[in-house]
Amino acid sequence: MAEQSARPLSPHLSVWRWGPAMTVSILHRISGGALTVAGLAVLTWWLMALAKGSDAYGDFSAIAGTWVGLVVLIGLTWAFFQHTFSGIRHLVTDSGENFEIDANKTSALLTVISSLVLTAGLWFYVLGGAK
Amino acid sequence: MSLGDSSTELKKVRGLGSAREGGEHWIRERVSSIALLLLGTWLIASLLLLPALDHSTVKEWLRSPFGAVPMALFVITAFYHGLEGMKVVVDDYVHEPGNNFALNTFLLFLAVGGAALALFALGRIAFGGVA
Repeated sequence: MAEQSARPLSPHLSVWRWGPAMTVSILHRISGGALTVAGLAVLTWWLMALAKGSDAYGDFSAIAGTWVGLVVLIGLTWAFFQHTFSGIRHLVTDSGENFEIDANKTSALLTVISSLVLTAGLWFYVLGGAK
Repeated sequence: MSLGDSSTELKKVRGLGSAREGGEHWIRERVSSIALLLLGTWLIASLLLLPALDHSTVKEWLRSPFGAVPMALFVITAFYHGLEGMKVVVDDYVHEPGNNFALNTFLLFLAVGGAALALFALGRIAFGGVA
């Protein structure tokens, strides 16, 4: 966008050794995009089906219950937890904390582990408890 | 310096500061993220605590003020935060000013339209007759 200047540019991504912080950074963007596009579409569809009546809501529930529907819902649940934990980590680093290499690495890994554990736990509860 | 204005006066004079509204956008994204932390937790907890997810149970929940009001806030904040996030992604990858403007405008219309649709559905649930 801006004109080319003599100011230094960030080195190209490939010069860095891949690490947890970079993984969590790109996961934050991917999960945020998924929540915005797919998550808000499902939310809007769900509310419209609810407003329309029990037949439309039944159709929604039937589609949500297919394996494709479940993959989308489980994926969105993971995206929600990943984006939430990664977002909390962002708020912490915004305050100037958690920049020590080991602590930063640990918090990055923790967001991934917590989101996977919570997604698995929630869906075991839903699928195991409801039927 | 206004709230969220990230560049100092000296940097502006030297032409090294932000030319536009990046700092305020940064703050808005974080404030809405804190709101979504609360509203998202409320939404997940509510869905898990509902005795069932059938049409009448969910509708009754969203007809009550404790369902409808947080859900309206969630819809507005989620579309808002999602749009702010997509703008960051678009600005990162779409550099040509015309394409950048076109894509950001398209996403703005999509977000406002989607939010209006979701709120209309919610209004119909909350204020409509008992179906």
